[in-house]
Amino acid sequence: MGEEKNSATEERPKWDNKVQYLLTCIGFAVGLGNVWRFPYLCQIYGGGAFLIPYLVALVFEGLPLLYLELAIGQRLRMGSIGVWNNISPLLGGVGIASMVVSFLVSMFYNTIIAWVLWYFFHSFQNPLPWSQCPLNDNLTGYSLECEKSTPVNYFWYRETLNITEDIEISGSLQWWMVICLATAWSVIYICFIKGIDSVGKAVYVTATFPYLVLTIFLVRALTLPGATDGLQYLFTPDWEILKSPQVWLDAATQIFFSLSVAFGGLIAFSSYNPERNDCERDALVVGITNSATSLYASIPIFSILGFKARTGFNTCLEENILTLTNHFDIAERNMTLENYDQWFDYLNLTHPGEISSLPLRVCDLQEFLDQSASGTGLAFIVFTEAVLEMPGSQVWAILFFVMLFSLGLSSMFGNIEGILTPLKELKLVPKCLSHEVLTAIVCLVSFLVGLIFTLGSGNYWVEVFNSYVGSVPLLIIAFCEIIGVAYVHGMKTFSEDIYFMTGRKLNIYWKACWMVISPLLLLVVFVAYVALQANAYPTYPAWNPDYDKFPQTEPKEYPKWVFGIIVLLIVVPVLSIPVVAVYNLICCGIKRSSANVSPNPYNNEAFEIETQERRKQSI
Amino acid sequence: MLGRIVYFLCLPSVLAAQLCKPNAAEGFKVRLSIKTALGDKAYEWNRNQRFLFQAAIAFAMSHHLDLEFNVSNVLVCDETPRVSFWFVVTSPGDPSRLVGKESVELAVRESRDRINNVLLLNDATLEFVGVLPTLVAPVKPATPPWLIVFGVVIGIVGAGIVFLLVSTVVQKKRKEKEVAEEEEDDEEAQMKRTARNEGIYNTSFSEDDRNTQM
Repeated sequence: MGEEKNSATEERPKWDNKVQYLLTCIGFAVGLGNVWRFPYLCQIYGGGAFLIPYLVALVFEGLPLLYLELAIGQRLRMGSIGVWNNISPLLGGVGIASMVVSFLVSMFYNTIIAWVLWYFFHSFQNPLPWSQCPLNDNLTGYSLECEKSTPVNYFWYRETLNITEDIEISGSLQWWMVICLATAWSVIYICFIKGIDSVGKAVYVTATFPYLVLTIFLVRALTLPGATDGLQYLFTPDWEILKSPQVWLDAATQIFFSLSVAFGGLIAFSSYNPERNDCERDALVVGITNSATSLYASIPIFSILGFKARTGFNTCLEENILTLTNHFDIAERNMTLENYDQWFDYLNLTHPGEISSLPLRVCDLQEFLDQSASGTGLAFIVFTEAVLEMPGSQVWAILFFVMLFSLGLSSMFGNIEGILTPLKELKLVPKCLSHEVLTAIVCLVSFLVGLIFTLGSGNYWVEVFNSYVGSVPLLIIAFCEIIGVAYVHGMKTFSEDIYFMTGRKLNIYWKACWMVISPLLLLVVFVAYVALQANAYPTYPAWNPDYDKFPQTEPKEYPKWVFGIIVLLIVVPVLSIPVVAVYNLICCGIKRSSANVSPNPYNNEAFEIETQERRKQSI
Repeated sequence: MLGRIVYFLCLPSVLAAQLCKPNAAEGFKVRLSIKTALGDKAYEWNRNQRFLFQAAIAFAMSHHLDLEFNVSNVLVCDETPRVSFWFVVTSPGDPSRLVGKESVELAVRESRDRINNVLLLNDATLEFVGVLPTLVAPVKPATPPWLIVFGVVIGIVGAGIVFLLVSTVVQKKRKEKEVAEEEEDDEEAQMKRTARNEGIYNTSFSEDDRNTQM
């Protein structure tokens, strides 16, 4: 009864225990964005006030989508292509779209992991390489580019990326980046070599290690001077900002991308579950853990940013003190940070003319705190600079980059799973190719195509992929998923599926969300997103040493051919949805599959639900 | 007569006062940040420390120009509480003539390290205004350390991949052998049993599947 063991078919792999499954899903959801995107959004959107749109989006958009994917995967026990084909052949394209998006995302995401590895390799030096400027060619001074910007910027843009001034100038392959990328793909391969058996073991480390490091950083960061400045800055609520629609849009998109739905990875992971598993509780656990992690991560991040701002402010003041001390020949240590203001006022009264002639910097703590950043800027520029000021910099740098590596790796597991499982279901792959060889081929192909991102202009391309592949197609796929399950599969059938799996009736809240609220929300987000993008011609920030406002980045417009590629990147993944639908309409006629599960010769499950209900009634 | 003696006695100091003055053409301003450099162990700037400084400069000049300079050839004036002062260097042969600025600068740059060490300071805390500090090129090890770390990581990962692949292949081969042996054993065991019961094994049903085909 319920046994699918048939000597002809292979046994479907399954999780060793529930913990592995939950850790894998949490690891997939918790990624780099939780650490470097959420704190930034919290900061620019009025601190504590941002939590309101964020939680609203979580409750009405994030959790329903998450529950839907986990439930459908667990019930139909197939990857994304199989699941959508099963619900309706017209929706088969949704699975293919998920697979294509997963493939495109995994390529550029692994490049970011390669960058993290590069910084990790360089954290074993004393002093850290991003602390000093290198000398210029004739050894008379420091490199000009480094002098004008900062050593940290120089190390990121010149020594790591060796970035060109324009996306059209491709430059050459940077060999050091190629070997870092090869290392990243090798690590992915070794974790996937035995399918979810090896992934399940790897997540014990990759999913839990970031929490350990965040806690260590939390303890350390809270003891640093200036930590309270950062925390105050982060959490001071600015209620006025809730009136701007941009906030709500960003909250909705953040929760959506943060939970990693519509990649197909979650469907694949839950398909390896036993049939009677409480997926409702799983969805709640994963969703709430993801948001809690974002909040938890923002505390040490902003403590450290506060420390950095305070240090920058003190350095600025000390520079002024030195200038004044040297000019007026005051004894050393007479003017300190504490009595600087009094001294300054006194000197301004007695020698106003001289004071105005001196090159004194205006030191404003707020200005230092405002120097926020998100994304790679936060990790590789702002944070590395902060780490330099902390005693024992190497240890903190190593810990930080290993944490980023674990976060990225566990998210990559979901992406790769979203490619491998549907690929096997497409039946394009010959049987003789074992799992190991197939995984190797996928990793190799992704690595070779990902070499684009190791060119001089690689960072610009990562930005292109990040902004356009990982946004609009996912929104469209998620919308189709919800409509597909709520209306094509039918709410009634789905309620029965859920009753079979969890033993509970479907709550009215979930029904309301799936049928009305979530699709509406997704539609609004999609329309608003497209409207905002279409508002202005897309530009990108270019690192150009010849720019007159250098070290600020120069905003350049994308050339026409890059714009064409952007459009392709958005359209091609979702193209499969209408194409497959039309193909099935024409060739095979409209045939809604009557059986939701492939017929099982040993159990006609038609009596399962009845016997359960009868048992309930008899109690 | 007495007047003349007094005149000649006072002449050097008067000359010195005239030779060494703030913004002198051939002079350098020096700034010391002793407390910044040494913290609690900071020494107080007094006559003896000044004497040490003069001796160091005299050494630098002698070393550079290969002439014999004396402490009295280095004139210091305009000391401030900052601990900054001006100094000039007079020629050993003619105390009323100053040594050129360029020579002094070159001499200081050449022996900068020794001068710094004598006063327990460094390029930042012993500042010769106008003289650029000599930049020390950072030490570049033969193998960049990051390559070593990379080598270790890729070595472990590569070894792991090879090990896991080989173990999978070995396991598969072992399983195939076991299954083949099991099948043989099955048939053999059955035949042995029927032979023991003095029957003949009817093989017509031996190919039947346990379950009916759909």
